[in-house]
Amino acid sequence: MSKPRVATTSLAGCFGCHMSLLDIDERILQLIELIDFDRSPIDDIKHISQRCAVGLIEGGCCNEENVHVLQEFRKNCDVLVAFGDCATMGGIPAMRNNIPLEECINEAYRDGVTVYNPKGIVPDDPEIPLLLDKVYPAHEVVKIDYFLPGCPPSADTLWAALTALLSGKPLDLPYELLKYD
Amino acid sequence: MNDTFKITIDGKEIEARQGQTIMDAADAAGIYIPRLCSHPDLKPIGSCRVCTVVVDGRPQAACVKPVMDGMVIENDTPAVLQHRRNIIDMMFVEGNHFCMFCEKSGNCELQALAYRFGITAPQYPFQFPEKEVDGSHPDILLDHNRCIMCARCVRASQELDGKNVFQSIGRGFHRKIGVNGEKELGDTDMAVSDRATEICPVGCIIKKRVGYEVPIGQRIYDKAPIGSDIEEVHP
Repeated sequence: MSKPRVATTSLAGCFGCHMSLLDIDERILQLIELIDFDRSPIDDIKHISQRCAVGLIEGGCCNEENVHVLQEFRKNCDVLVAFGDCATMGGIPAMRNNIPLEECINEAYRDGVTVYNPKGIVPDDPEIPLLLDKVYPAHEVVKIDYFLPGCPPSADTLWAALTALLSGKPLDLPYELLKYD
Repeated sequence: MNDTFKITIDGKEIEARQGQTIMDAADAAGIYIPRLCSHPDLKPIGSCRVCTVVVDGRPQAACVKPVMDGMVIENDTPAVLQHRRNIIDMMFVEGNHFCMFCEKSGNCELQALAYRFGITAPQYPFQFPEKEVDGSHPDILLDHNRCIMCARCVRASQELDGKNVFQSIGRGFHRKIGVNGEKELGDTDMAVSDRATEICPVGCIIKKRVGYEVPIGQRIYDKAPIGSDIEEVHP
């Protein structure tokens, strides 16, 4: 029987949650015996190649590309797990949510104290994904099955959750492994 | 006249005294009822409703409801727990609670309740409201993003410090904590040694320059759930 496939992605996040996933250290050898990675920054596969058992989502949605990727994951994964505070509640990127988008762009590209931009150009190449009005946690864009908060969730949290999911057990985190910081 | 009698919480009979609230009696019996606005040194006001219990079929705030002989109380039932969880969820989405950089993380009672309830994400859409940060006081930071309107600071300033630094102003969603000064906290007679400084259950009132003296991971609620000190009374 082929191993279940796991896809992962980092949307509006900092890759810290993926670093925490690598922090499972030598247990990654056990993980590789349990699963095959599909699309993931770990193997640099760009699109999901076949049906996946689990999709791990780091980061919320701050632009249209994030939304497209998240929709691809929802379409192709049996179970979607939002991991990290950005995916579960918007996190640091969501700090812009109570500032109008235009003010954010002006501060970043026109008015910021270290900005040199005499023509006041704002990047508008069609290759650059358009920003959303706000940063949305993953579950406000697609249905999410499980949440693992934390900034980042600890390697032990990720390990406990992944092994529970892959062995079909309920995801019941002990007190010490549920943290928001 | 005999002023002690029995009440029943979740089918367990406990002793209660005339004049106690349901919360007092439960605490003494080692039964934890979750709470946020209530504090042992302050008069209860029954504002946050996290301590809601069902008394003889009716929801009541345990911190203000006096005990009566033969009361039958539901505390740890799915319906009551769901009601409390809904309130906690609302507090998270109605403020801007960024635990990852909050100095209070690990010592925060709102966060600790969410941990105890096993909340991994709130059920409601995030509001991301616009709130003010007041850094005018030399020793104290007032960050309204994290305020849950428990009014502990209002009461502590009046009842314990003999001052009147805080008041709640506005109504409904726009209600907020105001300061009795020209404009900002720095204009008031608030002192860092006031009880009102440390009584905040969340990271709204923060003492400056002590942020990470106790590292994350070694704080009050990092290892043991909130309420376990009460439950230890009668294990």
